[in-house]
Amino acid sequence: MSILNDMAAALANGAVEVVDLTHTLDPDFPVIVLPPEFGQCARFRMEEVSAYDHRGPAWKWHNISMNEHTGTHFDAPIHWVSGRDVPGGAVDEIPAGALVGPVVVIDCSHGAARDEDYELTPEVIEAWEAEHGRIPAGSWVLMRTDWSKRRGAEYLNMREDGPHSPGPTPEAVKLLVSRGIRGFGTETVGTDAGQGAHYDPPFPAHFFLHDAGKYGLQCLANLDRLPPTGALLIAPPLKIKGGTGSPLRVLALIPKETT
Amino acid sequence: MALQPPKRKDPRRRSRVPTLPPATRSRAAIGLSVVAAEGRFALQHCAECGAVQYPPRDVCGACLGDTLVWRDTDTAATVLAETQVRASPDPYFRERLPWRMGSVKLAAGPVVLAHLAGGAGRGGDVRMELRLDRAGQGVMVALPQERSEGMEEDPALRAMGTQIKHRRILVSDARAPEARALVEGLLKAGAAHVYLGEPEAWLRWKGRAAFEAMQNVTLLPLDVTDVDSLKTLAAEIGGKVDILINTARFIRPGGVLGQDTVHAAREMEVNALGLIRLAQAFGPGMAARTADGVNSAAAFVTVLSAHALSPDPAFGAFNASQAAARSVAQTLRAEFASSGLRVACVYTGPVDDEWHQPLPPPKVSPRILARGVVEALERGLEDHFVGDVARDIAERWREDPGTLEREITGGGA
Amino acid sequence: MNRTPYDGVVLAAPFSAPYERFSQKTAHWWLAKGLRGTLDAAGIRPGDLDGLSVSSFTLFPDTPVGLTQHLGLCLRWLDSIPMGGASGVVAARRAARAVQAGDADVVACVAGDMNRIDSFRRLLSAFSRFAMDAAYPYGYGGPNANFALLTDAYMSEYGATREDFGRIAVAQRENALRNPNALMKSPLSLEQYMNARPIADPLALFDCVMPCAGAEAFLVMREDEAVKRDLPFARLSGTIERHNAFAEDPVQLRGGWVMDRDELYGMAGCGPDDIDLLQTYDDYPVISMMQIEDLGFCAKGEGPDFVRRHDLTVTGDFPHNTSGGQLSVGQAGAAGGYLGLVEALRQVTGRAGPTQVAEARRALVSGFGMINYDRGVCTAAAILTGEA
Repeated sequence: MSILNDMAAALANGAVEVVDLTHTLDPDFPVIVLPPEFGQCARFRMEEVSAYDHRGPAWKWHNISMNEHTGTHFDAPIHWVSGRDVPGGAVDEIPAGALVGPVVVIDCSHGAARDEDYELTPEVIEAWEAEHGRIPAGSWVLMRTDWSKRRGAEYLNMREDGPHSPGPTPEAVKLLVSRGIRGFGTETVGTDAGQGAHYDPPFPAHFFLHDAGKYGLQCLANLDRLPPTGALLIAPPLKIKGGTGSPLRVLALIPKETT
Repeated sequence: MALQPPKRKDPRRRSRVPTLPPATRSRAAIGLSVVAAEGRFALQHCAECGAVQYPPRDVCGACLGDTLVWRDTDTAATVLAETQVRASPDPYFRERLPWRMGSVKLAAGPVVLAHLAGGAGRGGDVRMELRLDRAGQGVMVALPQERSEGMEEDPALRAMGTQIKHRRILVSDARAPEARALVEGLLKAGAAHVYLGEPEAWLRWKGRAAFEAMQNVTLLPLDVTDVDSLKTLAAEIGGKVDILINTARFIRPGGVLGQDTVHAAREMEVNALGLIRLAQAFGPGMAARTADGVNSAAAFVTVLSAHALSPDPAFGAFNASQAAARSVAQTLRAEFASSGLRVACVYTGPVDDEWHQPLPPPKVSPRILARGVVEALERGLEDHFVGDVARDIAERWREDPGTLEREITGGGA
Repeated sequence: MNRTPYDGVVLAAPFSAPYERFSQKTAHWWLAKGLRGTLDAAGIRPGDLDGLSVSSFTLFPDTPVGLTQHLGLCLRWLDSIPMGGASGVVAARRAARAVQAGDADVVACVAGDMNRIDSFRRLLSAFSRFAMDAAYPYGYGGPNANFALLTDAYMSEYGATREDFGRIAVAQRENALRNPNALMKSPLSLEQYMNARPIADPLALFDCVMPCAGAEAFLVMREDEAVKRDLPFARLSGTIERHNAFAEDPVQLRGGWVMDRDELYGMAGCGPDDIDLLQTYDDYPVISMMQIEDLGFCAKGEGPDFVRRHDLTVTGDFPHNTSGGQLSVGQAGAAGGYLGLVEALRQVTGRAGPTQVAEARRALVSGFGMINYDRGVCTAAAILTGEA
């Protein structure tokens, strides 16, 4: 198949570039924080099993532990109550073909820089479509906010009334679902806004996306390096039996800028 | 003259290797250590004739009765004779000569040989205490009847104790409810510096600003569940932690039935394994510095629920982690014994925090708990029970663990 | 009931194995050295010996039973006297009764201990349960600290001064200079005593004995046996022993001798004034002073005045610890509890050589042993009478 040969050549000569959209799995990387009486998302932890020493002379390895939703991660439909009955809704059941696909990026970075509670609304989406064309069915839609550049407490941005970070309104999510997208991704700790609990329904991105069998990606990085359209996303979660999500390495293939 | 803060060390000089006072005791004499660990002054009393015994023995020296009961005893005494030992074949005392000791007549009867501290001397009326020495054994100490300013700076007391003054202290979790009062208490007691562990700095929290504003307090990233953070911090400050106080604890109400092991796992992770990780990261460095002068490493302290002794089913999984942590502390006590690093457990009843909010009083306010930790250090205790509930549990546990269990778990009237 | 006299029993063949400060030789070696010395003096072959009394702190893991096999002895009477400074007197009075009753013909009484580098510290650390539990953790002064307290209490009670104790030590050193076997060979002035390195206040260097290795021995036999072998001998005119006396005294300012001294003198048919020389157990001068009082040479509390008024040397008016005592000869463990008795035996048989007290016929030997906790527990005394 010459198309793959062409791709290989493009990758080799740099016509196609691979961009890593993943944060490093680090014990200190923030995770979503729920009210304390709920079960919590386990932080990434790593304990040395041996390091070329008496515990194993020639090798070094670690035991690692985390939640399915720790670090840069994938949300499967069964993650949310609305998607609990979606056929094939667990990570191990998702067809491999669904894990590679086109991606469009809606740049909300200016808005998010002005307003930490910036909302992705249908108007913003429509404006984007006015410029770049209708969002193709089957594509990933990534909301660029440059939030991934935040560090420490600025990332969750927790205040007395909860976290503050940008996200989509219920109407915006419904619009995206109506476009037949593959999934929705963000640079924040969840696909929903920090204050997403106060929408109706609460956490609309989770609710509508997974209800419709769509996927989520969060804690993405480097979205500023993607073109609005024309890139390809590779986002295969670990094949966890009955898994609701998984940390993963998210890669984007982008055409070398020709301008 | 008041105890001066230590000078900076000459980096060319070897740190003094820890030595211990004589540590071997008969089974009966271990009883002295048991009561000293809790700061009590108790001696064997004959159940038949009431005679008070010393040195500890197996049968009454007055009537041969074989039931000797450890009872709290009058601490009043008079010094009969005194000496300053100026030569000793024992390496520990050789390094600390001259050493004041004397022969002391207890109001309760027996004559005891005792360390003389704080100016106690021949002819003087004194107050006796049983304190743990560096070998972890209970020893007699004669002190002036009036506690005086700077008394704890007596070299003998300092050698056996875990006093806070001039020491650098690591508190493992700045977010513990008692952390604020504890840091204030430590500074008031003369701590040279307090390092405060801050887990998950990526979470904003109330109270951080107060710590940031304090003199001689440094917030540093530390999470007892994160080996990396422990390694990094130990590499940074491990050589100057003289006292470590573990305040990290994770608590959620609930028993053991029900499907949740997430909280239980986290309780074990933080409360039991966290203690192990802390000890692994900081213990060896501290154990090597227990003879390092005024600010030698002295104590490894952890806060535990008194229900580590016997669980309250309403906090069943948490209490399991507390029992595990207590067991870890006991092992650490054995492992640190050869260095003289004291392992202290400060047991508390329900703390007046969000997790005990629906419980009726008495509850331990974070301020009282903090004071308990400070007191355990100042008195060199190994087991300290803070608040009425903890003291009550301890007393009933000592009396009869089986009855205590049944009373707590619902069998009692 | 009156005590039965030791009629027909005598002590003979005193032997002192020259002491060594440190030695790799074992307690077995030293005990054998002592045994051989006393047997040779009497012309007895080891195979003919039928009784043995042993005192030693450092025979572990052996007991005197193991020693019989080690030394190839076939005995019909064996005793072990673990009484430290009281061992000599107690061994003699036990052996005398055995010989008197015909349980043994000849009993060799032997005491000896090794002293290797650091063995004294090890010995201290396991000396007794009470000491381990309640004395050594307090500065680990060992007996030095105990006697420092005792001396401190004695001084404050009776107004004794360090000079008073110094007189005892200085006189003994003078005696020791006559004794070629004494480890201390240089003269000691009162000034040197007073200015010595402090050990445990008020004790200084010359108040304390020096641990060493060595052995002492003598034989107990029927008088006819001694005569047959042409051995000079002494009779045991009276003996006492006492354990844990005056337990209610808060500090030991008197010893068990006070309880039994009337019987001692009654049995011997004499009084303190009839004693020609005194051998006290002298691990510290204060305890020698206490023995002078408690054995009736002066009243309680008058010891300081007594030593001021008397010359305690070999040629003085109150010969005391004529060999130099442990303070100047050295303390060879349990042999220290034999030193005075063996020297007294030489004295009353006129065989003391350079330390001989003129016309010494009646000697009082006193023993004091075992600082089990805060005081010496065993006291003993014997009056030895030589042939006129």
